[in-house]
Amino acid sequence: MTDTAVNQAGVGSRSPVDEVFLVDPSVRARRRQTVIVAVSRSALAVLGLVVWELVSDRVISSFWISSPSAIWSALLRFAVEGQLLPAVWVTLLETAAGFAAGAGAGILVGLAFGISPLIARILDPYLVALNSIPRVALIPLFILWFGIGFETKLLFAATLVFFPVFLNTFAGARDVDRDLIDVIRVMGASRLDVVRRVFIPSALVWVFAGLRMSIPFALIGAVIAEMFTSNEGLGYLIAVTANQYDTAGSFASLLVTTVLGLALTWGVSQLERRALRWRLHSA
Amino acid sequence: MTPILEYRDLSKVFFKGEQRIHALAHVTAEVEEGELLAIVGPSGCGKSTLLNLSAGLMEPGTGEVIYRGRPLTCVNTQVSYVTQKDNLLPWRTVEDNVALPLGLGERARSSRDDRRERVARYIEMVGLGGFEKHYPSELSGGMRKRAQLARSLVYEPDVLLMDEPFGALDAQLKLVLQAELLQMWEGTGKTLVFVTHDLTEAISIADRVIVMSSRPGRIRAIEHIDLPRPRDVFGIRFAAGFGDYFERLWSALREDIRQGQEV
Ligand SMILES: Nc1ncnc2c1ncn2[C@@H]1O[C@H](COP(=O)(O)OP(=O)(O)OP(=O)(O)O)[C@@H](O)[C@H]1O
Ligand SMILES: [Mg+2]
Repeated sequence: MTDTAVNQAGVGSRSPVDEVFLVDPSVRARRRQTVIVAVSRSALAVLGLVVWELVSDRVISSFWISSPSAIWSALLRFAVEGQLLPAVWVTLLETAAGFAAGAGAGILVGLAFGISPLIARILDPYLVALNSIPRVALIPLFILWFGIGFETKLLFAATLVFFPVFLNTFAGARDVDRDLIDVIRVMGASRLDVVRRVFIPSALVWVFAGLRMSIPFALIGAVIAEMFTSNEGLGYLIAVTANQYDTAGSFASLLVTTVLGLALTWGVSQLERRALRWRLHSA
Repeated sequence: MTPILEYRDLSKVFFKGEQRIHALAHVTAEVEEGELLAIVGPSGCGKSTLLNLSAGLMEPGTGEVIYRGRPLTCVNTQVSYVTQKDNLLPWRTVEDNVALPLGLGERARSSRDDRRERVARYIEMVGLGGFEKHYPSELSGGMRKRAQLARSLVYEPDVLLMDEPFGALDAQLKLVLQAELLQMWEGTGKTLVFVTHDLTEAISIADRVIVMSSRPGRIRAIEHIDLPRPRDVFGIRFAAGFGDYFERLWSALREDIRQGQEV
């Protein structure tokens, strides 16, 4: 169920790998392998860039593929002209707000579903229906309702984030060990205590899996909405450079977007490591 | 003396699809206040079910569980329950697990220092000093049992229900923990219901032993153990009278163990 949701929401087509459950290999024997991996990766990156640079204009016209050096100068140009930072900032804000809204709603609804099977049974068909809507088709409606401002982008990012987080939280809340609940009820726990001290911590592993999976969706959502509304942000930069046949500029904005996505994913992983410290030990 | 817990004609049937499992049949018994009652019986005879009923975690099919003169209708928060399964919260350290009951309900109102002091005292008492910051997954099975024990004792409930707490441990550790349990319990006046399938363990520690039949569980024999206290669990099996208790209870158990194997 999770897989289909991810595919549908994944406008940017990301594979729904369950990489979440991989754990840090802190074993000493793995260290050597780690070094090999790091060296090979860097070598591969350098090789790729060099080949790209050499092929550009010699084999394929730079009009189509630009070149690493041209992309670098485009990047510098954006920075100097003062386009880059505001664009990054705007996109970052939209992504963060959309992520927070979508994740918050997803966690709440997921917990409600997990705690009350009745709510889950009543609302299930509606959520399935909502999840089947091709999300991009909503943008024109959002623009109609909210204009081309911040709200449209936030809302669109949130709709992409909601389902993976919701489905994961729901799965996590269903996965809760009933015996733990019994034990703390005997200790005199109220329903709220049970939710706070058992449901939420127990579901957190799954919630974080959902969060990590959906942070790229928040960025994708913000960028797509920017391309539609065409007024600001990295999405706007990507669209406008492509329209002007500025391949280097397009690649440069794409690069910045990718780096932003990586940084956000890294941030969530760090949060996850802190919140789920107990899991590292059980590995 | 009035009994603190009473089982009146308890029966319990579980439905699993088409299958019906008759777990308890017409169990009538009393638990006296302040006694250490051991319940022995073959595997699957409904011992855990009886404790679950005592904790109010499930409703009996027929009959009633009476706690301090009142029929139980919901979860019994006057007792603490060391379940058969490991039930520490895996995301909490030993310290935080032991502190868990102190943060619930009325008890959350006591002062922070008081709570911290109690947690430290009970962790020390079960011999887990130095492991306060460890997560359950970093502890051995015996240590996890000790932590569960500390968590059940820390809020000083009137009745302690323990379901085969030392069942999975090796023989030596079992003796050590039995001795520690007795040391902690003797003189407190608390009631302890201790489920086990080990007859020697039951006779060593209990005031009274109830032997249950194989499924559906009924009460087959009740025996008062009049061995002097404080007891030395390491030597008591050689004490005068121990052999007689063992023989009588064993003969009650024996038939059912044979039946149990046929099932
Ligand atoms: N929640 C349940 N649903 C269905 N059947 C159950 C449930 N709980 C217990 N049973 C069944 O009831 C019977 C008695 O179970 P119980 O756990 O009370 O036995 P026990 O005496 O504690 O056994 P053991 O010594 O192996 O722990 C078993 O056959 C078990 O399969
Ligand atoms: Mg049992």
